[in-house]
Amino acid sequence: MLRLPIPFRPRILGVRRHASAPSQANNYKGASRNVPRLLEVENLKTQFETGVGTVKAVDGISYHVDEGETVAIVGESGCGKSVGAMSILRLIPDPPGRIVEGRIIFQGRNLLELPDSEIRKVRGGQISMVFQEPMTSLNPVLTIGLQLTETMILHLGLNQEEADKRAVELLGMVGIGEPERRLKQYPHQFSGGMRQRVMIALALSCNPKLIIADEPTTALDVTIQAQILELMRNLTKDLGVALIVITHNLGVVARYAERVIVMYAGKIVEMGTAKQVYHDPHHPYTIGLLNSVPRMDLHRGRRLVPIEGQPPDLTRLDEGCSYRPRCRWAIDKCAASFPPLEALEGNQLAACFRKDELEKDLQSAS
Amino acid sequence: MSEQVVISEHAPPLKKVGKGDTLLQVRNLKKYFPVTEGILFQKAVGHVKAVDDVTFEIKKGETLGLVGESGCGKTTTGRCILQLERPTAGEIVFEGVNLEKLDSKELSPLRQKVQVIFQDPYSSLNPRMKVGSILGEPMRVHGVYPDAAKRNNRIAELLNYCGLPSKFADRYPHEMSGGQRQRVGIARALCLNPDFIICDEAVSALDVSIQAQVINLLEDLREEFDLTYLFIAHDLSVVHHLCNRVAVMYLGKLVELAESDELFDNPMHPYTRALLSAVPVPDPSKEAQREHQVLKGEVPSPLNPPPGCVFHPRCTLAVDSCRVNIPPLRELKPGHWVACTEV
Repeated sequence: MLRLPIPFRPRILGVRRHASAPSQANNYKGASRNVPRLLEVENLKTQFETGVGTVKAVDGISYHVDEGETVAIVGESGCGKSVGAMSILRLIPDPPGRIVEGRIIFQGRNLLELPDSEIRKVRGGQISMVFQEPMTSLNPVLTIGLQLTETMILHLGLNQEEADKRAVELLGMVGIGEPERRLKQYPHQFSGGMRQRVMIALALSCNPKLIIADEPTTALDVTIQAQILELMRNLTKDLGVALIVITHNLGVVARYAERVIVMYAGKIVEMGTAKQVYHDPHHPYTIGLLNSVPRMDLHRGRRLVPIEGQPPDLTRLDEGCSYRPRCRWAIDKCAASFPPLEALEGNQLAACFRKDELEKDLQSAS
Repeated sequence: MSEQVVISEHAPPLKKVGKGDTLLQVRNLKKYFPVTEGILFQKAVGHVKAVDDVTFEIKKGETLGLVGESGCGKTTTGRCILQLERPTAGEIVFEGVNLEKLDSKELSPLRQKVQVIFQDPYSSLNPRMKVGSILGEPMRVHGVYPDAAKRNNRIAELLNYCGLPSKFADRYPHEMSGGQRQRVGIARALCLNPDFIICDEAVSALDVSIQAQVINLLEDLREEFDLTYLFIAHDLSVVHHLCNRVAVMYLGKLVELAESDELFDNPMHPYTRALLSAVPVPDPSKEAQREHQVLKGEVPSPLNPPPGCVFHPRCTLAVDSCRVNIPPLRELKPGHWVACTEV
């Protein structure tokens, strides 16, 4: 399923790059800290061949993650946020999927050019993942202990005894009581929240530099969601692990992320610190999203301002801005080409020709 | 449905219920599901107390939110009201008629008045039926528009109300997006001119931008057709937006019931407080200032609920008496009911 040609050579489809996007992204200094760059994604394009045409799930995205930082990728279903993150670890099933272009630089190495044996060391080693469905991502016929220690024996070269000891520590760290007894249990004996804790323990087990969490709490109840997110935040902070959180929940982003990347139809449309993106959005889609969410902190009785229409069919995207049919600021120029992701004040980036003219009728401003 | 409907000798003729009158009463509702052991000779080894002594009422024209986490019994409560489940004990009184006393034939005319919108627009529509048939079938069954031509007009009208072009009547569910399917689900709930609609997680499966469209649609229809909603949801932000009053459930029990503004501004039950603080607000500055009270532990099994107050193992205010006595729902302020002795 994960076979890729060795060495992997991304096939270049023409040179139609977004002229300014990669360079802009590289100039972006996250609040000008002197933190080393951990991950750099450059002009990543991932496509799926389907019966009805080529789906451009991820269409030229560029961003970076610094060491120890929490970055959120938000967007609605089908915007390419999960595919983009899975591409980092080359977890896209091929066929039908394929990374057709781009570079993913992690600690100085391009992950897309690593041989299979090397990328396997990265997966679960330096970069680990936490998936949405804790039920389907753990093997139901193996004990939790076996699944935890297997990874550590493989990646860290521990023997069974050492691995068992560390597994007990890890379960304690993620707040699972009686770890010795729990290690002998199977996934079905754990509740959803507990399973997600096991997933986090598994993700942390090999001292990763980066954790990619794909909708880590979507399947969980609100109070359990709060527990898990709090746990992830504390652990990543204490251990200095960088975190990419993929979510559709704008509240979760506001509470936990330092930087936010907003995606729409396979492209990044806005990027900046959480405060910039929430308080001073410069892309119509971001404004639309923020106006669409019902909010507990505002007065009742206000009417939601939904984004009209439907997200586009990813097989039929044209040259222009993919948000244009739903955008009330759209002009003729928007049909001609996709607006480049350009810098605004304070290193915020937005991909809109009219980013400086948008009147923001955000209710939060009042 | 202004004309009087005679149901049976058990039930008095239905009166026209005006705005502000009580439309639905749920009294001491209990629904226990037996847990059985053995294959041939099954015996009950215990009961899951899905709903345990829940009492509330809904006034005509209001929207009552029923919130809680998975397994708290909110959906079962809705299903009992719909008579999809027969309650173990308790009464459900709709427009003055006790539904528990009616048999399925006598219930039929009432089913027209109480409709439901389900969560999953993928599994709640028959994939082999066109939208027109999905909407037409209930009308045919209940004899609302016996004439096919009139029925088709009505279907077109319903689709338009719900923001879909009338040509969608010829489509199959798989030809539509999730948001469009949910609009069909709403149109189906409307097709018998109901008074009361139970929305069971009706917007939970939708993306943010589509969710906002459907929420606005539900609001518009409420105005247009004078509807009363029971809005079952786990998303407190949506409930805050849509509902006049909110009831909070935990492990089969009602723990708090109040006007929406009152409940969100001044939550009294420790569970409600924790629940509200767990919901992140989409504003990083407010989030930085907010106090985050993270609830310890998990919801206990409803098969073996804790004695006394069901919330006491996770409660910060719990005292010895909470482990023994079940706290009654008390009215601490006018209209604000709380099942806790320590607030």
